[in-house]
Amino acid sequence: MLAIEDILETISMIREECLDIRTITMGISLYDCQCEDPKRLADRIYDKIMRCAKNLVPVGEEIEKKYGIPIVNKRISVTPIALMAGQLDQDGVIQLAKSLDRAAQDLGVNFIGGYSALVQKGCTNGSRTLMESIPEALACTKRVCSSVNVASTKAGINMNAIALMGKIIKKTAYLTRDHGSDGCSKLVVFANAPEDNPFMAGAFHGIGEPETVINVGVSGPGVVASAIRRAGNCNMMELAEIIKKTAFKITRVGQLVAREASARLNVPFGIVDLSLAPTPAVGDSVAHILESMGLEQCGCHGTTAALAMLNDAVKKGGVMASPQVGGLSGAFIPVSEDAGMIAAAKAGTLSIEKLEAMTAVCSVGLDMIAIPGDTDEAVISAIIADEISIGVANTKTTAVRVIPVYGCKVGDVVNYGGLFGEAPVMPVRNQSPAVFINRGGHIPAPIHSLKN
Amino acid sequence: MKAVISVIGKDSVGIIAKVSAACAENGVNILDISQTVLQDYFTMIMITDISAIKVNFTDFVDIMDRLGHSCGLEIHAMHEDIFNSMHHI
Repeated sequence: MLAIEDILETISMIREECLDIRTITMGISLYDCQCEDPKRLADRIYDKIMRCAKNLVPVGEEIEKKYGIPIVNKRISVTPIALMAGQLDQDGVIQLAKSLDRAAQDLGVNFIGGYSALVQKGCTNGSRTLMESIPEALACTKRVCSSVNVASTKAGINMNAIALMGKIIKKTAYLTRDHGSDGCSKLVVFANAPEDNPFMAGAFHGIGEPETVINVGVSGPGVVASAIRRAGNCNMMELAEIIKKTAFKITRVGQLVAREASARLNVPFGIVDLSLAPTPAVGDSVAHILESMGLEQCGCHGTTAALAMLNDAVKKGGVMASPQVGGLSGAFIPVSEDAGMIAAAKAGTLSIEKLEAMTAVCSVGLDMIAIPGDTDEAVISAIIADEISIGVANTKTTAVRVIPVYGCKVGDVVNYGGLFGEAPVMPVRNQSPAVFINRGGHIPAPIHSLKN
Repeated sequence: MKAVISVIGKDSVGIIAKVSAACAENGVNILDISQTVLQDYFTMIMITDISAIKVNFTDFVDIMDRLGHSCGLEIHAMHEDIFNSMHHI
């Protein structure tokens, strides 16, 4: 039986608190497109994506209408392209990027992920070709997202790849300098990358995944913040319970949408990703959740503890609501995409060092952070190495998506528009880590006993 | 199968009549109506049976949306499953 107060609560979550489904992402395997001729390979990839995902956008829109809940993005992830690129040269692999971009445009999806390489243990020929092509591929496409997994808890950290990624990020920033170096907003460097992540820019269709799959990412920071504000003066245990119950409700909607999309598209359901994904819109901020818990501003002392509790409670509520949970599943803290983070960074309350600490207890990592355009490539590599170490040592996913904005200095603000928001350029430490980074080689996998 | 129609906006004469007429025209049976105030707005919630609906439910959603626009109100029809999923284990 439908109770009026339940109906009103749901309507209010959608109408006032920005509850939405952040993304329905279809994963598509490209293995069967393999072909010796580069041109035919590109065509076969385009054809397969078009065939598998032709109904993705219309079905997403129908579900949106049926349940009255916005589904903000419909997206596609594919097999890491490095696995398809073994025999290709730079031009060949860039042709694949263009094929992906064309398929995304023709299907009406805003991003396609999987221009990716997995190099935690070392680089294949295909991985190296792909990594070196990333700047140009991101500069000549609009919708293609790229990611490189440079480390894992089992394999350790590939420092050669990290040194290379510093250079690649700088080059990407230069080639997309006319648009605020926005190519870097489509490039993620991972440790322990999940293979079923529906969120961009880090989504790819992992090697253990089925032929096609539907993964759904939920959102709802505004709903959690409102629930905390309504709760008033209660202790942390009570607060955790409120967050759990709210996360349960949010995730149930994700599960409903995932099940229906899977049935209508005749594609197996993969996972629901429990992440709290902010947008720059008013009332859709993870930073504001932390502030509603009693912090004067996100980034002040206490932020890491508040975030740890929030992240844990969201997971506890979410796992009960879906039979299959996966992806990144945690609170996202992208600076430019969160109104509260933007304000805290502008005010100087939120520093890269604090963000790094926060990533030890929530998902993803240093995300959508603009840094000065003249930051040395070795410094970028060292930022990556620090962040990736947190993931490797703690057996969790971490990632880096920094934007060395060409021609910009600390205090400038770069406006990317839409979901990418606006990024205040944040200071980094410029003392040189070049000798450390240029040693190259491999940091061995960490020991998993003697924990301290 | 049920659906919930929510009408949010400024109260005025004839709202129920207009929504009811559109329901009847499309084979949607009204089971219950209640009114309340949600964040300072007049809010009417109708619980309806859509088993004998004559059009696609998504088309009915559009019809309600257009009706809302023409009256200066927000009118949404939503399938009951979203409420059941969220509030019932």
